[in-house]
Amino acid sequence: MHEMSIALAVVGQVEEAAARAGGVTAVTSVRLKVGELAGVVPDALSFCFELACAGTVLEGAELVTESVPGRAHCASCADDWAVGMPPQLCCPVCGEATAGLLSGRELRIADVHWEDGPARERTREPISEER
Amino acid sequence: MCRVVDLQQAVLAKNDATADALRAELAGRGTTVVNLLSSPGSGKTALLERELLLAREGGVPVAALTADLATENDAKRLARSGVPVKQVLTDGLCHLEAGMLARHLEGWLPDGTRLLFVENVGNLVCPASYDLGEALRVVFASVTEGEDKPLKYPTAFGLAHLVVVTKTDIAAAVEFDEAAFRAHVEQVNPGVEVVMTSARRGEGAGALLDRAMAVADGGAVHAPVMGRPQNDHHHHEAASESHPQPHSQPHAHTQAAVRPVESSRLFGAVPGVVAHSRP
Ligand SMILES: Nc1nc2c(ncn2[C@@H]2O[C@H](COP(=O)(O)OP(=O)(O)OP(=O)(O)O)[C@@H](O)[C@H]2O)c(=O)[nH]1
Ligand SMILES: [Mg+2]
Ligand SMILES: [Zn+2]
Ligand SMILES: [Zn+2]
Repeated sequence: MHEMSIALAVVGQVEEAAARAGGVTAVTSVRLKVGELAGVVPDALSFCFELACAGTVLEGAELVTESVPGRAHCASCADDWAVGMPPQLCCPVCGEATAGLLSGRELRIADVHWEDGPARERTREPISEER
Repeated sequence: MCRVVDLQQAVLAKNDATADALRAELAGRGTTVVNLLSSPGSGKTALLERELLLAREGGVPVAALTADLATENDAKRLARSGVPVKQVLTDGLCHLEAGMLARHLEGWLPDGTRLLFVENVGNLVCPASYDLGEALRVVFASVTEGEDKPLKYPTAFGLAHLVVVTKTDIAAAVEFDEAAFRAHVEQVNPGVEVVMTSARRGEGAGALLDRAMAVADGGAVHAPVMGRPQNDHHHHEAASESHPQPHSQPHAHTQAAVRPVESSRLFGAVPGVVAHSRP
């Protein structure tokens, strides 16, 4: 069950990001984007995530998995389609094998909610995009 | 204070970076890695035994590393070919990762190895997600497993550069429908080559070695639809996705530069891996 390895990778990356930011006291939730074709079972992942968080700054954090449907685009006829499961990766319109995926393979940490104490006053992080 | 941090990091970024580094390093040493995937008992070891022997007879320097949960049986079988073989016991882990492979190659992989065959743990789910730095990924299915295997394990078959059907000597007995199997492979991985083999009878002997040598010689490798970089008009969408904003001020954005890895915490955290070199 590689969901444990995946969960450990998620926890490791969030820990590193928290350490870089400094002053993080608790991570409350982690949002993951999991493509239909990523080969990961969200339920198994949630179970492993809880175990992987134990004893880290993520202890008790909620894992929110957002499933991303697989979509493909045909270069020959410009058709876009939902690939489904099991996926149909030949173009259903022209039958060509010239498709590319638009989505469905992602296994990505989207964002993280965390608490940071006011204790450590830090110089303001450069903010890449404010919205 | 509560913050939402927009990380946007690929979960397997570390493994992918390690795999890329390993691929480049081995390419520099003239070694091409072939990653062999299948469900347990599909006949990876049996076919590999024959291909290693053919390589040795043909004077091609090859080596093999085989990963199993337990026992050194596969290494013993492969070592009969006379080429360098190493057994990796994963101690419960269901797949190899790039960093594990790199550590096992250190100090073992003989100089001048042209092809390194890696027999992954028998499992069609987990190993599919982990790039090992291979130039050629081969997925095996035996005729006894049913024609719908490619549909049940689309990630494994969808990312294959080559599909090998094994045990064709018993195809008739199990009424293997080759056309249906090929159609299912085509559905998840259009254009990938499917070769028919029997380690028992010798059908397709040398095909695996041949395809691997073609890649080692710089030949083109099939590009699976599933493995092509995802077309990016969605990338920007990531930046415009609205966050759930229950408590989103201040809203800090940390840019997620994923750095190259030497020692990933991941590898430190998995169960210990015991390795045994064989002569
Ligand atoms: N009839 C027939 N049997 C085969 C053939 N190749 C392998 N087998 C049998 O299938 C069984 C499994 O073969 P292995 O080569 O050990 O399969 P494997 O994929 O390496 O298995 P794991 O490493 O355990 O996942 C053995 O009993 C083999 O004798 C073949 O070409 N024909
Ligand atoms: Mg084997
Ligand atoms: Zn697994
Ligand atoms: Zn089309």
